[in-house]
Amino acid sequence: MKILVALKQVPDTETKIKVAADGKSLDPADVKWITSPYDEYALEEAVRIKEGKGAEVVALSVGGDTAKEVLKNALALGADSAVLLKGDGQGDAFAVAQMIAAYAKDKGFDLILCGNKGLGGDNAAMGPMLAELLGVAQANVVVKLELGEGTFKAEREIEVGSEVVEGALPAVITAQKGLNEPRYASLKGIMAAKKKTIEEVDAVAVTAGAQVSALVLPPERPAGRLLQGDASAQAQALLQALKDEAKVF
Amino acid sequence: MILVFCELKDGQIRKPSAEVLSEGRRLADASGKKVGALFAGASCAGAAEAAKFGADLILTAEAATLASYSSDAFATLLADAVKSKGATVLLAAATAVGKDVLPRAAARLGAGYASDVTGLAMVDGKLQAVRPVYAGKAFATTTFSSAVQAATTRPNVFPAAEKAGAGTMEALAAPAGDFKSVVKEILAKAGGKVDLSEANVIVSGGRGMKDGANFKILEELADAIGGVVGASRAAVDAGWGLPHSMQVGQTGKVVSPTLYIACGISGAIQHIAGMSGSKYIVAINKDPEAPIFKLANYGIVGDLFEVVPELTKAAKAMGIGSN
Repeated sequence: MKILVALKQVPDTETKIKVAADGKSLDPADVKWITSPYDEYALEEAVRIKEGKGAEVVALSVGGDTAKEVLKNALALGADSAVLLKGDGQGDAFAVAQMIAAYAKDKGFDLILCGNKGLGGDNAAMGPMLAELLGVAQANVVVKLELGEGTFKAEREIEVGSEVVEGALPAVITAQKGLNEPRYASLKGIMAAKKKTIEEVDAVAVTAGAQVSALVLPPERPAGRLLQGDASAQAQALLQALKDEAKVF
Repeated sequence: MILVFCELKDGQIRKPSAEVLSEGRRLADASGKKVGALFAGASCAGAAEAAKFGADLILTAEAATLASYSSDAFATLLADAVKSKGATVLLAAATAVGKDVLPRAAARLGAGYASDVTGLAMVDGKLQAVRPVYAGKAFATTTFSSAVQAATTRPNVFPAAEKAGAGTMEALAAPAGDFKSVVKEILAKAGGKVDLSEANVIVSGGRGMKDGANFKILEELADAIGGVVGASRAAVDAGWGLPHSMQVGQTGKVVSPTLYIACGISGAIQHIAGMSGSKYIVAINKDPEAPIFKLANYGIVGDLFEVVPELTKAAKAMGIGSN
């Protein structure tokens, strides 16, 4: 079995967002870059399949030289090889999906794993778009995955609970928190990763479907007020205010 | 045409679908277009209601094979309808199905896609979207370069407004052939309450709750005021047995209810990112320096184990939630 894991480099969740001078992108100063957390579940799942039934795991990221960090980490965690698709991995999901599809289409992957969304961009679109471009099945926001002979069974999160999706491989499966508990890289893994090289491939030229034309910070919230008195008085005052001022009830 | 994929539940249009259909009507009026509503399932009884929310054309694909959701079959249905009706805008609500099918249909159509948008406009005949990024820490304006433009709308943001459309009914054939994947079973959560992302009122607990069992007092308050219970990442990761589906924040659900009551939540950036779009925020915390108070419309500095039960009691006494 051959598994492709697509990983995205994203700003850390604690990043304080500043808009760059162009008014439409993130100011990269002070940004700490990490592997998107959902992609970590995807990678862990691939490594577990490899350890369980055997598989070749290829890690891939779209980006420039900085994205190599994500791939080095993936190699340390158990990926067999790594590919840097040189292109804009931070832009439009449709553009990124086209780049990965062009790379993956004739490589015989049985399973493609990635996070259900890239943290920050929050589009949750690349996975299903990739599935469509490759003409394969998809299951998104997956918290449990079982593989059969040429088939998969995935439990995915929906509004009030979950649903079980069954389909044929190859498939694109996008991971959600809860799918597994990602491991930390071992010293042995880190040392082994250092010996591996990251293959660099130019991404194909693509046409984006959409682009960001402006990025703004949300408006400041108005100053609030503290409610006084004992617990009972505070509770009464709060409900009265929500009813009369905010008209929530 | 602006084509809107709609979902039915118990023979009625789901609220997030009514919201996006109403927004479709508004966009159509602003740009001189027509609105189509598309339904699919074993039964589409109730689809006619779409006329109330402005649908000029109501497309129904009724077939036994569509009884269970299939990503590729539904994507085919949507993409084919866009082509046959010459639609240039494809919309759906950002529900579990909407978020699954729209990007796939968009890729089939070579269409740009914006997910979970909070604002839409037609500019020079093309869709333009505003959507929260970095979990609401910023808002991005998305413009499209593709001939067809696709978007899903965040529930609870666009008002569902009744405005009559022509409501002409037309049946569509179900996609033929083997589906690549199909939903086999739905595992409903006990209680089966409304999802956090669609809830109007959320009562949320953080590390200050001290234990998962203590969430019972939040459940009681939520029941009294018609809300749903959420949790911070600190609470979900504390090993108290709370499911990740309850988590509000950048790596959990991003919510925008009318009222968000944060109990024992300090207000880490991660959490704030997921709930700062709430219309009214109430913070209950022992620590007057907690950052959550900077965000709150109303703050109570005090012991949540005293305040929350008092709120439940007072809500019942005032008859709140009973209307």
